[in-house]
Amino acid sequence: MLRSRWWSWGFRSAVMLYFVLLIVFPILGIYGQSLSDGWDAFIRNLTEPIAWKAVMLTVKLALIATAVNVLIGTMAAWVLIRYRFPGRSFLNSLVDLPFALPTAVVGLMILLLLGPRSWVGQGAEQLGFTILFHEPAIVVAMVFVTFPFVIRAIQPLLEELDPSEEEASYTLGASKAKTFFRVILPSMVPGIVSGAMLVFSRSLAEFGAVVLVAGNIPAKTLVASVYIFGEIESDNPAGAAAVSVLLLTFSFVILWIVNYMQTRRTNG
Amino acid sequence: MRRLWIGLTYIVFGLLLIVPVVRIAAGAWEEGWRGFAAGLTRPEALHALMMTGIIAVVVTLINTLFGVMLAVYLVRAKWLRPQLKRLLNSIVDLPFAVSPIIGGLMIVLLLGPETTLGALLGRMGVDIVYALPGMLIATLFVTFPLVIREVMPVLQEIGTQQEEAAHMLGAYPWTTFWRVTWPSIRWSVVYGVVLTVSRCLGEFGAVLVVSGNILFKTQTATTLVYQDVENFNLTEANSVALVLAAASIGLLLFMEWAKSRNSAGRHG
Repeated sequence: MLRSRWWSWGFRSAVMLYFVLLIVFPILGIYGQSLSDGWDAFIRNLTEPIAWKAVMLTVKLALIATAVNVLIGTMAAWVLIRYRFPGRSFLNSLVDLPFALPTAVVGLMILLLLGPRSWVGQGAEQLGFTILFHEPAIVVAMVFVTFPFVIRAIQPLLEELDPSEEEASYTLGASKAKTFFRVILPSMVPGIVSGAMLVFSRSLAEFGAVVLVAGNIPAKTLVASVYIFGEIESDNPAGAAAVSVLLLTFSFVILWIVNYMQTRRTNG
Repeated sequence: MRRLWIGLTYIVFGLLLIVPVVRIAAGAWEEGWRGFAAGLTRPEALHALMMTGIIAVVVTLINTLFGVMLAVYLVRAKWLRPQLKRLLNSIVDLPFAVSPIIGGLMIVLLLGPETTLGALLGRMGVDIVYALPGMLIATLFVTFPLVIREVMPVLQEIGTQQEEAAHMLGAYPWTTFWRVTWPSIRWSVVYGVVLTVSRCLGEFGAVLVVSGNILFKTQTATTLVYQDVENFNLTEANSVALVLAAASIGLLLFMEWAKSRNSAGRHG
């Protein structure tokens, strides 16, 4: 009996130590490092023009990507749950593909598809703008990588939706559009919101797909994650840490809100 | 209306998901079988694939072991207070919110050659950053939540009755785990392992920062694709990327198959 006590005590401490050393320690470390030279130095690192422009550009493009994915994600979730048509289950399993593919492979795919030699790139060139190494390519990369979030957040809500509510609405004489906007859409909203938040958070953080297609010109097509990478490469860990802490705080707050919404939904 | 929505969904899926995958497959065959094989059997490609393989095996083993134990503790342990459990539970998800680049930066900041800890280890002859150990730590960090998040809901769902019965009948904790708990969580562990392997194969940002991407030393498959693209060796990049894409799509299909098989079995 005594021996088994020692064993279980050993297991417990080993697992907890692993947890703390691997996850908690590094996160505390980066916050400590970014503030180690004081608050002023932290602010100075953040307000450096190139850093600040990179952050603003990332936020702007992530918002566009979120809007795109909310639109096509809501549509796709609706179609995949509500309609029966040939190829439905195939499309449904295809949804997870962006999560499975390595991000560097995604970057290469977009590079090949939208590059100046491809017909998409040539078409855009004739219309007078370039996609690759400019903002549109970054948005495409963000949209691809975050594609499953909105769909997977809405699908369970639509499956749970009680058909009698809809029927009641029709019986009371509401049109199809009115039923959709007054009955169905409100029940999808929690999924749309949490999906959109995850899309935004992941778009802010995305690196692999973006670095290959962005061109990475400071103050023009340099996003925050690539800026951090550049600062690490050029041996400026303090600058990298300051921007990292800003992004991390953003993502942690979003993650916390999404978790809070989900627990509230399952409990109530 | 119905036709329009289904058609639009097909167009979105086709343009966003199917065309890019087909394009990368076609790209790898641009110079025929020879070009594909030459890109893949380059010594640097073989070395990079070997590094990715080593990382995938080691990381999956460690994170499966610790992940299952931590999941059991977070759901079952009576020696953790509920508030502490809730806190730890929300910390588990943090690696999902951390950009891979920032994950890599954390390790460089804590264990890099200029830090106290890193210098100490360096004097003892152990290199962490720009060597295999750092890459393992980075991948462990990134894949940490995957097994835990698959196993925990199943543990919560099966409840404690059977385990208590086994305990009452005098079984040792170890026997209870293997004979009672393990059979019910087995498949969720498999899913966690599949997700971990897939993420190990595809991890790019964190490994790029920590490894320094040194040819024949710390280059992995994804960082090789990145370097090939930067050097405009698109055909070579394509062949490695196609192997990675095929592996991750294969794992995704396996997962879909196992899930549909298991849910069919459960209903009869």
